[in-house]
Amino acid sequence: MTEVKVRPFECWDDFKKYRMEYYKNYLEAKEKGGIRWAGSAWAFDPVPAGLGEDVYPLTGEPYGATCAFFRDFSYRALEAIERKGVARDLCGYMRNYWGSIVLDKYLLADGTEVEPFPKPDFNFTIHICCTHAKWYHYAAELEGGVPTYAVDISVGPGYLLDDKKIEYVVRQLEDAIQWMEKVTGREYDDELLIKAVENEAKSMTLWAKICKLNQATPAPMEEKSMFSFYVLTLLKRSDEKVVKLYEKLYKEVESRVKRGIGALTYEQFRFVTDNPPPWPFLKVYRYLEQTYGAVSVGSIYTFGLGGAWKCMDEKGEKWVWEPAPTPEEVGYEIHDRRSALWWTAMFNLKYRASWQHEYSHRIRKLETYQMIKDWKVDAIIMHLNRGCELWNMSTLEVRDYLVKQGVPVATYEGNMADPREFDEARTFNVIDSFMQSLGVEKLA
Amino acid sequence: MGENVENLPEIRQFKEWFEKRHEYAKKWKEKTGGKVVGYYCTYVPEEILYAAGILPVRILGSHEPESITRPYLHDMYCPFCHDTLAQGLQGRYNYLDGVTIAQSCLHMRQSYFSFADRVENIEWSYYLPFPHGVNNPYAADYAKHEFEKFKAAVEEWTGTTISDKDLEEAIQVYNKNRELMMKVFEFRKAEDPKITGLHAMYMVVSSQVVDKAEHNEVLESLVEKLPETESDREVGTRFMLIGSEDYDEELFKLIEYGMNYPATFVFEENCTGSRYFWGTVEDADDKLMALAKRYVYRVPCPAKDWARGDFFGRRRFQFIEKVIREWNVEAVIIAQMKFCDPHELDIPSLRDMLDKMGVPHLHLELDLTQPVGQFRTRVEALIESMGEEDLYI
Repeated sequence: MTEVKVRPFECWDDFKKYRMEYYKNYLEAKEKGGIRWAGSAWAFDPVPAGLGEDVYPLTGEPYGATCAFFRDFSYRALEAIERKGVARDLCGYMRNYWGSIVLDKYLLADGTEVEPFPKPDFNFTIHICCTHAKWYHYAAELEGGVPTYAVDISVGPGYLLDDKKIEYVVRQLEDAIQWMEKVTGREYDDELLIKAVENEAKSMTLWAKICKLNQATPAPMEEKSMFSFYVLTLLKRSDEKVVKLYEKLYKEVESRVKRGIGALTYEQFRFVTDNPPPWPFLKVYRYLEQTYGAVSVGSIYTFGLGGAWKCMDEKGEKWVWEPAPTPEEVGYEIHDRRSALWWTAMFNLKYRASWQHEYSHRIRKLETYQMIKDWKVDAIIMHLNRGCELWNMSTLEVRDYLVKQGVPVATYEGNMADPREFDEARTFNVIDSFMQSLGVEKLA
Repeated sequence: MGENVENLPEIRQFKEWFEKRHEYAKKWKEKTGGKVVGYYCTYVPEEILYAAGILPVRILGSHEPESITRPYLHDMYCPFCHDTLAQGLQGRYNYLDGVTIAQSCLHMRQSYFSFADRVENIEWSYYLPFPHGVNNPYAADYAKHEFEKFKAAVEEWTGTTISDKDLEEAIQVYNKNRELMMKVFEFRKAEDPKITGLHAMYMVVSSQVVDKAEHNEVLESLVEKLPETESDREVGTRFMLIGSEDYDEELFKLIEYGMNYPATFVFEENCTGSRYFWGTVEDADDKLMALAKRYVYRVPCPAKDWARGDFFGRRRFQFIEKVIREWNVEAVIIAQMKFCDPHELDIPSLRDMLDKMGVPHLHLELDLTQPVGQFRTRVEALIESMGEEDLYI
């Protein structure tokens, strides 16, 4: 077995620092006279950016994942919201978020608990699955009334996109701007919007380019580290600082590939995953790495959640894992509010990979299979995730399809954000049995 | 003395259509040579299918235990989507030529695609991206756009042209059906509500699986007869049923006919009840826009009912509040399909609203089969708690 050179990421601390400051900035926004808004990580984050340079978001899914990672806090948050009569099978991220409001405690990235939970000036989200708009609707009720606006984006997959569908979303965004001016009392700055839209495109395509570098053998990144990188596309991708961080990461990963620096000292098995991981039990990844030299090179989740990809071809027959074009690359000039909103609507609807397979397992089968081929992996380990009905949609149909294509598939059941719904010993047993069945030996 | 409502041939006809829905569709097909399309959600604009000479039938389950859907649908997906797919896999929908869905919840979406791909007799399928944001002013315009494409797809598949006249006729048939069922529901405001929830369920669900023109004839006759009918059962507690699709006879029979205390459903706020037919298509030159407006502005499914901007309420809750007052509802049963996220997301707020209105309520979780004994105890306990002051008189 060939030994691979391994190095810590030079920009690791920069990413950690950004995330730490992100939660702190939201907390302290009012002290600086700034604006707080909360919403899904999929919300059109360039749009509130036009309200000023002191506008700080709190995106719910990463916040819910952070809560789940700190299990003790998560137990309390989940139980607090269940006492309000909320069902246990609802979105795990959302229940942690709601529970945090009910506890009136806010969690910083390092697990520090702060009181009270900082109330946003407004909620701004999208709605694509059954949850997002209703998440913030109820959060607003729990917080005693927060103005809330949700943009309906459920117009179908990108390869079937047409002008009318884009227009439907753009008109809602135009209204949203007027609404934001009304609820904040601020005048909207289109120049800030234009810059934010450009940054969003850069962040999302840069992340896609970084993921593509992981096709190399040895893989320069393992997925557990990628979780700390990809999340910036979900925190504030329209922030220029995020663009700079991704530019830095791209250069570093590119250099690692050139120099043959890998993620693991011994890479004897490559696999991909599909769903959000069980955040309180990321040790699953370390177990695979340390016991079997098995590296997860990514997932449709990590790549697709905030990455911009070409996605389905025009005929809807093939998935293309190539980074999406930026406005500059296609010669699209963003010069005013309308052109900015049109671009951000089109770009997300067409190129945000994770929005495509919402609509059909037919898309997700092709997406997953193409990833398995392009990233040259030996298998897929699928998380039957009880914490997200959206990401769990199609998983069994995809499993069936991949098995028929001859791809080894293992599944384990869990919950991305509810530590009570994960059987650690059973999961490790599944992994051991799977590896044994494939003849993958444990590292000496 | 009027005729006993239980003996009315119209009610018996609805029951027969409900129970023998597959036989009906097969006979219809033999008789007309037309196509039958199954639909997965009540946001499908059936009028477009009907205008093309197609019989739209709602895909329903059988409430029988099954285990054949587990390889395709996760356990945490609702029993309804498992049950409906199971019917297809078992060949019970072997007469369908096509299947369609108007974008609704994720569970049904997955069930629809598995049905479309795995049920062998399906030759045509169509996913209609119906807007979720029915509270925004652009939804109808967008829905019309999608209806245009749906209509074109139906025309291409069937080789027909759907004219405005065809659409107009279909709308008239459907509107008549809606108006008649609303009239029947109006009778339920009375002290003697004339029909039970079980009867209403037979009426509404049968309308989802038979030719509406035929259904209208029976409905007209029922509307004529109802004022003169009576029931030999005691009305008891006036319940409203709120929640997920519910066509399980067991539940209605238990609550209305099988408890120690009398009780009657006077209104069903679900998509096998009022949500299906409430609200007609307005007369307009632009037929597709008129249709789009009806479907967008109907009483929304919880999957589509959320705040937007300065509008902070839920349209469905406003409707529920109105019904409680006008139908003299004494208590509410929230019957939610297990794992149904859209309903689960509304229930805490709904319960708060009912508490504020002073309306007692009970939350039951529906599964493929129902724990009847447990439900009986819980519903009886609710009724007892409503009358607890009497214990001390």
